[in-house]
Amino acid sequence: MISLNDFLIVGAALFCIGLYMLLTKRNAIQLLIGIELMLNAAILNLVAFGKFDRVNNSGQIFALFAIVLAAATTAVALAIILTVYKKYKTIDPGKVNSLKD
Amino acid sequence: MSLAQILFYAMAFIAIASALYVASSKNLVRGIFMFFVTLFALAGLYVLALADFVAVSQIVIYVGGILVLILFAFMLSGKETLDSLGRQKDKFVNSGKIPGLVLSLLFFAVMVTVLLKLNADDLGWIKQSVASGNVIKPTDNGIHNIGINLMTTYLLPFEAISILLMMALVGAAHIARKEQDA
Repeated sequence: MISLNDFLIVGAALFCIGLYMLLTKRNAIQLLIGIELMLNAAILNLVAFGKFDRVNNSGQIFALFAIVLAAATTAVALAIILTVYKKYKTIDPGKVNSLKD
Repeated sequence: MSLAQILFYAMAFIAIASALYVASSKNLVRGIFMFFVTLFALAGLYVLALADFVAVSQIVIYVGGILVLILFAFMLSGKETLDSLGRQKDKFVNSGKIPGLVLSLLFFAVMVTVLLKLNADDLGWIKQSVASGNVIKPTDNGIHNIGINLMTTYLLPFEAISILLMMALVGAAHIARKEQDA
């Protein structure tokens, strides 16, 4: 039996690695990977708690919803990255200073 | 220590180590491929939390969909991206990164302290569900139950998220299309 605390601590570690990437990276794709890491940490927590709800499966089902949301987010974010690249020829968020000319 | 625990610690180590590699590597492509490893290890952790269906969807959606999209966008964004990455400072910790590092380490310390104080295994509702047998067992076949719940209890969120997914995909196609006249 794996204790619930272990899952939560692994989730916290992954979340903080994602936070670090989000704060320090200078490339929009790496920022996106950081966001995905944070989302995955949250999904891990949902799944770990979902083990204790056999009747309604609430944890697992909301983990599925979170995965679908992550897919939608990524599609939109990558479309935005491509558009920004077409306009600025860079995907460094620090160099993009307006979203509309 | 049981086999499940050994597997858990191995997978947790792989997930955290590869995530650290993704966060620290200068080579973006190598980082993206190491992110595959992180996602696979996380899928293994989901299996150990007895959520097989979530683990399979994780592999299908993340590894099959999102990572391919990321690689696709990376290829389309061309050579200048690689050049600007190469011009970044070399070291893992340089002066520009210290605030982010300190902030995330402090956040981690706060979270671990809170989690250790919380001691999730002693929460009231968890003890209650253990006592009433409402815990998923390794021998259960949960997918049947998930399907039934998805079509009854969670029907409204399910429909909402399907509409949201369609809107997001249409919006992404709209944003990324070729401009006719700027």
